Amino acid sequence: MEDILIPKNTSDALALNRPIVEDTEFTTLNLGPTHPATHGIFQNILKMDGEKIVSGEQTIGYIHRAFEKIAERRPFYQITTLTDRMNYCSSPINNMGWHMTVEKLLGVTVPKRAEYIRVIMMELARISDHIICNSILGVDTGAYSGFLYVFQEREKIYEIYEEMCGARLTTNMGRIGGMERDLSPTAIAKIKDLIYNSLPKAWAEFEKLFNRNRIFVDRIVNVGPITGERALEYGFTGPNLRAAGIDYDVRVMEPYSSYQDFEFDIPIGHNGDTYDRFMVRNQEVWESIKIIRQALENLPEGPFYANENHYYLPPKHDVYKNMEALIYHFKIVMGEIDAPSGEIYHAVEGGNGELGFYLVSDGGRAPYRLHFRRPSFIYYQAYPEMCKGVAISDAIVILSSLNVIAGELDA
Amino acid sequence: MTNQQIAEDIVAKFGENAHSFEEPWGLLTLTTNRQSIISLLEYLKQHETFCVNFLTDLTGIHLPDNKGAEFGVIYHLHSLENNVRIRIKVFLSQDDIHIPTATTIWPTANWMERETFDFFGILFDGHPNLIRILNIEEMDYFPMRKEYALEDATREDKIDALFGR
Repeated sequence: MEDILIPKNTSDALALNRPIVEDTEFTTLNLGPTHPATHGIFQNILKMDGEKIVSGEQTIGYIHRAFEKIAERRPFYQITTLTDRMNYCSSPINNMGWHMTVEKLLGVTVPKRAEYIRVIMMELARISDHIICNSILGVDTGAYSGFLYVFQEREKIYEIYEEMCGARLTTNMGRIGGMERDLSPTAIAKIKDLIYNSLPKAWAEFEKLFNRNRIFVDRIVNVGPITGERALEYGFTGPNLRAAGIDYDVRVMEPYSSYQDFEFDIPIGHNGDTYDRFMVRNQEVWESIKIIRQALENLPEGPFYANENHYYLPPKHDVYKNMEALIYHFKIVMGEIDAPSGEIYHAVEGGNGELGFYLVSDGGRAPYRLHFRRPSFIYYQAYPEMCKGVAISDAIVILSSLNVIAGELDA
Repeated sequence: MTNQQIAEDIVAKFGENAHSFEEPWGLLTLTTNRQSIISLLEYLKQHETFCVNFLTDLTGIHLPDNKGAEFGVIYHLHSLENNVRIRIKVFLSQDDIHIPTATTIWPTANWMERETFDFFGILFDGHPNLIRILNIEEMDYFPMRKEYALEDATREDKIDALFGR
């Protein structure tokens, strides 16, 4: 890396290291609530000494929608639509995480095929999440073209979602007990085209544009570094923690949905700066492609849902002809199925880190208490510390590389 | 390192202050009181073999029928080295809803505690900035408490009795 970096003494043009003089007049700058650079509705009140940030304070909650309260009155299957709206860049991961939590409570074993389909959808979601984060980081540093190249691939992923569940952004994909439909031949063709053909090409091109681009690298190397120890204290998870050199990934530590069947690597960085976060996400896209390839090649035959009449909606044509199916259909749709009581914590590796569901059931039709462990909410509190003493333009880059999603921040 | 070993170690160290050991879905769950919670968290974090170094989650729960212990604070800890999770609960009475802050051990507890305060009104003593985080500052109640029903009680189109509830 040293060979393409500008020597340290010439890069300090802003003289950011000069001490604060006693009678300095500070400026207060409101970054947000609606500012293109925050990519969401949250506010940073920055105290500035010229271009330098002296301290920052965050105000969040602008799109708080009380999901935890709403969930206390909804039957389990209706909560899936709430999880969509948390990290809306990778909704299928949230959906699957919720289904798996409920399945754990109900004691349902999902067939292998459904698990593999879930893995494929979750990894596609991870790719689309990382595409957004990394390409927008480019936009924030002034490199627009990379964004345009790879957003086309994201569009293809959204087409696959449409094929699987009919929706694009808030997917509501899958059901408790499996998937709502099997992978169609069109979906398989689209996934194959994406992961064997267009995405690797586009992503290689994207990496070529950015990874050793001198202007870009100068903007992000050593910007907003965080040590692994500090990142752990701040509750970082996901790519942001791995960039700081700690190889914690829920997919490996507590494999769910058959992740133990796949061979993949966990990329880690070691400085925890913006460059490392960028590179870890870049590499994770390749790892996700690898996982999807394995899942498609070894896709097991068999049913794509568990044989659990109490929880999984019967096929529609049966509902018209079969009394039993009609009863179950009615009971499930009206939310009349009681779940056993219990207390569960289930975590999945979301686009931004460990997405946890803490569910307390009292044996009723709806959760007694549901809490979402939202990675963005937890690591965003480190932001003032990370942007202390940097220039405003660097603060934007740090914010962008942390990938704070407003929906997940506020829930 | 099994849950049994951790439980035995905690009992040896904290005696009656740690009780109600359970293992729902393999996750070691125990209850303690607010006098010992901070020392217990610190003990687990400093422990040489357990290394419970990660605070995954901190949240609250309201159990209005549980007289004398209406509010619960739930800590989810994770030992990344041993890949073991621990859930610790502390129950508080409605009349005295104070608990010491964990921000001294993990800075990440800051917003989690603010969120818990915001929704349940649990007061974390020693917290550097215990103000509302997601709701508006003017709000004068704690919305996640069970006495605040989600839907308007005067609505007549959604009577539970009609559905046999």
